[in-house]
Amino acid sequence: MRKSASLAQSSKTKLSLGILAGVLALAVAQPSLAQDKTLTIAMTAGDIPRTLGQPDQGFEGNRFTGIPMYDALTGWDLTKEDAASAVIPGLAISWAVDATDKTKWVFKLRPGVKFHDGSAFNADAVVWNVQKVLDKKAPHFDPSQVGVTASRMPTLVSAKKIDDMTVELTTSEPDSFLPINLTNLFMASPTHWDAKFKAVAASVTDPAERAKQAWTAFAADASGTGPFKMSRFVPRERLELAAFKGYWDPARVPKIDKVVMIPMPESNARTAALLSGQVDWIEAPAPDAMDQIKQRGFKIYSNAQPHVWPWQLSFAEGSPWLDKRVRQAANLCVDRAGLKNLLGGMMEIPKGTFPPGHPWYGNPTFDIKYDPEAAKKLMAEAGYSAAKPMKTKVQISASGSGQMQPLPMNEFVQQSLKQCYFAIDFDVIEWNTMFNSWRLGAKDPAAAGATATNVSFSAMDPFFALVRFSSTKAFPPVSNNWGYFGSDELDKLVAAARTNFDEKGRDEALAKLHAKIVDETAFVWIAHDVGPRAISAKVKHVVQPKSWFIDIATMTKD
Amino acid sequence: MVNFIFQRVFQTIPIMLGVALVCFALVHLAPGDPLVSIMPPDASQDMQKQLMELYGFNKSYPEQFVRWAWRAVQGDLGNSIASGRPVATEVMRAVVNTFRLALVATFIGFIFGCLFGFVAGYFQNSWVDKAASLTSVLGVSVPHYWLGMVLVIIFSSLLMWLPHNGAGPGGSSDWHWDAEHLRHMILPALTMSVIPMGIISRTVRALVAEILSQEFIVGLKAKGLTNVGIFSHVVKNAAPTALAVMGLQLGYLLGGSILIETVFSWPGTGMLLNAAIFQRDLPLLQGTILVLATFFVVLNMIVDIIQTMLDPRIARG
Repeated sequence: MRKSASLAQSSKTKLSLGILAGVLALAVAQPSLAQDKTLTIAMTAGDIPRTLGQPDQGFEGNRFTGIPMYDALTGWDLTKEDAASAVIPGLAISWAVDATDKTKWVFKLRPGVKFHDGSAFNADAVVWNVQKVLDKKAPHFDPSQVGVTASRMPTLVSAKKIDDMTVELTTSEPDSFLPINLTNLFMASPTHWDAKFKAVAASVTDPAERAKQAWTAFAADASGTGPFKMSRFVPRERLELAAFKGYWDPARVPKIDKVVMIPMPESNARTAALLSGQVDWIEAPAPDAMDQIKQRGFKIYSNAQPHVWPWQLSFAEGSPWLDKRVRQAANLCVDRAGLKNLLGGMMEIPKGTFPPGHPWYGNPTFDIKYDPEAAKKLMAEAGYSAAKPMKTKVQISASGSGQMQPLPMNEFVQQSLKQCYFAIDFDVIEWNTMFNSWRLGAKDPAAAGATATNVSFSAMDPFFALVRFSSTKAFPPVSNNWGYFGSDELDKLVAAARTNFDEKGRDEALAKLHAKIVDETAFVWIAHDVGPRAISAKVKHVVQPKSWFIDIATMTKD
Repeated sequence: MVNFIFQRVFQTIPIMLGVALVCFALVHLAPGDPLVSIMPPDASQDMQKQLMELYGFNKSYPEQFVRWAWRAVQGDLGNSIASGRPVATEVMRAVVNTFRLALVATFIGFIFGCLFGFVAGYFQNSWVDKAASLTSVLGVSVPHYWLGMVLVIIFSSLLMWLPHNGAGPGGSSDWHWDAEHLRHMILPALTMSVIPMGIISRTVRALVAEILSQEFIVGLKAKGLTNVGIFSHVVKNAAPTALAVMGLQLGYLLGGSILIETVFSWPGTGMLLNAAIFQRDLPLLQGTILVLATFFVVLNMIVDIIQTMLDPRIARG
């Protein structure tokens, strides 16, 4: 009896040791960490941005599932670190507005371009891709792509084939910004989509449902003209891209054979994944871990992005910001260098919506800088003092895409402004609620009495950087001129820019508009984001341009 | 008995209707725009109105609810607004991943929970008991997302022994119960196991203490049984309750953990809920909550039926 008990005990001990050994073996087994010659990227997105041609998840989507897999008629020059990213030919080799009817544009297409499925890119493909978001009667019209596309090319109404390699695009009004807007319309393969459409089960008879299912299938097995083609897609987990050796631009034929993209929304998880070698590249590393990341041999890349983190001011009746001296004082009283220090250097100090040297910067007379004494003087002239501060409320969010670190940053600005007789209260609201409030404007009850709002924005495109904040036509609910900032003079400057079809002339007109906005101090300009990312030293030829985007195709990996 | 089963199944219908209604109301009561995932923040009010019409969000809430509930009854939970993929497929894939993780976490929790519980109960008030009890209290009290991060820092970032991200080297779609995939599961499963471990341990400790105070233990001692022999009797007596607690814990873990799955990028229901919440993906959010709620309602129904089969007094009561 005792012997059998002892035997049982011994076998149990062996079993326990076996389990322990197994666990240890698992732990020290050869890690399948980032494989050589494969570039693994951890994105901040919570899901893989849509892969069907018009990505969601903001510009991170365009960065990772747009530009690598697709091309647009026009694109961004991402080869320079030291100059603003400019629009360059993409799938169109040239374009011109009609001399008599400025709502019509003719685009000459690049010959010899193939989609990943082998079909040819031509004028039919362009018309088809315009229809997918603008023509509700088209069989392939997809409502889910409308929002992220049509809002970024607000004046485009239709496309018409002239010949195989020429298309005519029509806008609702003369609009010189169209070539810039078109960077957002990626070309998906109509042939490949048709194949997916035909493969939908015959039992599905509703045409809209068939189209929806075809788009879902297309997203799982996409086909564009970009330098990388989709090779594997695990929903919500990973997207694998393979180099497309038949890419039309020899300079951008990928040197890296495979790219893996993983959604990883938590910044500490991303940082740990980089440090443990599971990924080669992380977007937005945890700020506290920057030193550790550098010490472990990774490289931090950052550059001023066309991004603005401001307080957008209200010009509605009763707003204290109607006094220009107050607006200027606020701009002179923010200690931006201190704020930069708070963010570990991860911001750029703004001089307006664009930095000096940008073609749209112009020559503003008001210099945005830190000068609290001048600010106090202006506030005293406006009738404020330490005993009688200017009391107002600013609507801010606790988090949100592009919002950087809204709470500590706003609190810093609040304290900074206090010395210049500003008593700022915050109305902290949920990020999506803030968007709704932003659309409704400063006069709407949704503003809850706030006279400024802190919604950051992209400044890549003149409409989104300038026009929607300065035109009377963009007053709510039409667009985002939340504060009702506008005048005849500004409208004329907007019209001058929008109807100037000479690129240099258009840029000069935009520079004048920007200078006017700075001189009128429509915002308190607080920061530009720098888009920090940490990348393994093995990854070479990384160029971080002054853009929201980055070109993976030109990178190499040791 | 058949009548009872029919009655119990029938009772589930209003419960499910209530669940569907609450789930629909909750996601619609939350602030924000249901189309935020497919509409950029800078989209105009006109664009917002156009898309609300295209997606049917301009219809009244009762109309939207009836349409959604009717399709759900037929097994169609709609399509995710953000991804365009069918919600049912998305949820089922996540449920399978959560099930795998919960199974391993419960197993670890059960083994260690029983170990600590039996040892603590058997050697009551000794230092062994105090150490085991402290471990179980810590298991219940320590925030598991924090523990997860600590494990990631130690075993992944510093020692580089274990991966902490995802459900395998190629994602969950090619899951196998092999070493390469299990390595990905160790850290999230360990983190997830601390709560069941603590609860099982405390339950077993109390049980063992109670069993040891019973008269038959005195009888066994009087019979000359060794400590090992007595211990084996204690284990046999405590096992059913310990197993029942383990079953309950497995049920809880099947609901997924938003925090643990997010920290470890484990593609389960917790992470799916997290994504649906942040993207305001209402069909996905409604579908996931509904499936999880249905799971618990059905689970409770089955338990009720089994209990009644085992003990008919329950049905009579």
